[in-house]
Amino acid sequence: MPGATAALHPDPAWRGRVTATVVCLLVLWPMLHAAEFKPWLLFDPQSLRAAGGFLSDFLRPVHEAEFLAMILRDTWQTVAIATAGLTLALLGAIPATLLITERLSLSLLGTRRMRWGSRIVRQLLRWVLVLLRSVPELVWALLFVRIVGLGPTAGVLAIALAYCGMLAKVYAEILESSDAHAMQSLLTNGSGRLPALLYGALPESAAELVSYTVYRWECAIRGSAVMGFVGAGGLGQRMDESTKMMAGGEVATMLIVFVLLVALADLVSKMLRRRLG
Amino acid sequence: MKSQLPPPPPRSLGTLVLLLALLALVVASFASLPLQWTAFFTPEAIGSAREFLAGFTPPEMAPAFLMKTLGALWETLAMSLVGTLLAIVAGLALALPAAGRFGGALRGLVRLVLNVLRSIPELVWAALLLVAAGLGPFAGTLALGVHTAGVLGRLFADALENVPPQSEAALRDNGAAPLAAFLYATLPQALPQMLSYSLYRWENNIRAAAVLGVVGAGGLGQMLKYHLSLFQMQSAATVVLAMLLLVAAVDAASFALRRALTR
Repeated sequence: MPGATAALHPDPAWRGRVTATVVCLLVLWPMLHAAEFKPWLLFDPQSLRAAGGFLSDFLRPVHEAEFLAMILRDTWQTVAIATAGLTLALLGAIPATLLITERLSLSLLGTRRMRWGSRIVRQLLRWVLVLLRSVPELVWALLFVRIVGLGPTAGVLAIALAYCGMLAKVYAEILESSDAHAMQSLLTNGSGRLPALLYGALPESAAELVSYTVYRWECAIRGSAVMGFVGAGGLGQRMDESTKMMAGGEVATMLIVFVLLVALADLVSKMLRRRLG
Repeated sequence: MKSQLPPPPPRSLGTLVLLLALLALVVASFASLPLQWTAFFTPEAIGSAREFLAGFTPPEMAPAFLMKTLGALWETLAMSLVGTLLAIVAGLALALPAAGRFGGALRGLVRLVLNVLRSIPELVWAALLLVAAGLGPFAGTLALGVHTAGVLGRLFADALENVPPQSEAALRDNGAAPLAAFLYATLPQALPQMLSYSLYRWENNIRAAAVLGVVGAGGLGQMLKYHLSLFQMQSAATVVLAMLLLVAAVDAASFALRRALTR
């Protein structure tokens, strides 16, 4: 019957597909409007000329020895901000981990219920850590630039605060996910809390703790480069200045250095994790 | 009876050297940075910091300002969604050559491009794209799109390469066109994974879009930067609160969605 086959649409699901597309487009329209999505602006002659000049400069990265030495100093500053920030973060995160780890609660072990006082202390500290890590590191940097002024101090403090919150939370999770038995028997047999942690939980979790810390160091390097854009020193600050002056050649050199730095940090972090983890 | 303890593990010299090198790195970092601790801990610095912090309370709660913040919040969401959609389209277009469908040489080249797109953070892209797109959310949207295209392109390409090739080969052997064979055999198998990657990146992009504005690329970040540079601390406090609420809402939604999907 030719008539019956002609009445059937070749795609039996076409009705659903068309409806879904229309609904998506209707939802998307206000979004496109809010994001000021106007691709034709890119092709307006004035902005084309600006972008064209900037991009053609990109093809000639600046490579004078003096400029390269300056970039190298900034790159080291970026790494130093990340390292110093992470060290300070560890100074805060390790005591915080010891305080919030529930495995170390003697009252929980003895009576299966935590004492009120320690429960309140733990919960308060957890909230402080949530606050520290929920404010983006870039916003911390912006605030510290207002307090201590332009320069690496703001970057170091921003990384220290934001990473303190993250590290303490993840450290506590790693310690809690280790086998509880060793630590519990040490504690019930009268060992102190710190030895119980060091001998009962740490050997099992050490590899994971170290590998997470190294991974965070890698993130901190990326973060400190980005934080320079709000004035927190290092490679980012220099890149921001060169972009504002539309010096495409300088920006190109810095982007190449930045990509190399990220690749190098990735490599070193892989090597360290294999060695220490 | 003396118990027989197993011999201690050998101490490796390499690890010791590595630890010393790490220590040297930390010391060198602190030594080389011009940190102003002394200026930071003088009584007057502490006093001015306290004054600065006290300036944040109470957050600005006038209805007109709240509406403005809500507008910026909506702009942030729109930037993240449109940027992610752009990235999905571009990522898919780049994933086909990166999955080795047009020869090995092109695969290597496109993967290199994807690596470069991915290793430059969104914020740096935004700062660069401001030159072409001007101040405002459009530059931020493009920046999110470009960076995420690098991430998604790589993930999509890996997903496409991991699909077992037999079903597509069977369609091709029976005379289907290459595009039809890809669309009906390979794509449906990779689609669930690609969708979950895209959702995950959208979640990341919402968080990124909130701060992207500090270089002038729209959304909550631009508002924060504006009010901070005018020292309107109470308005800035409201914007920071809005950011925290957005991040908390995204975290809660993603947690709920994940639990619903994996149950």
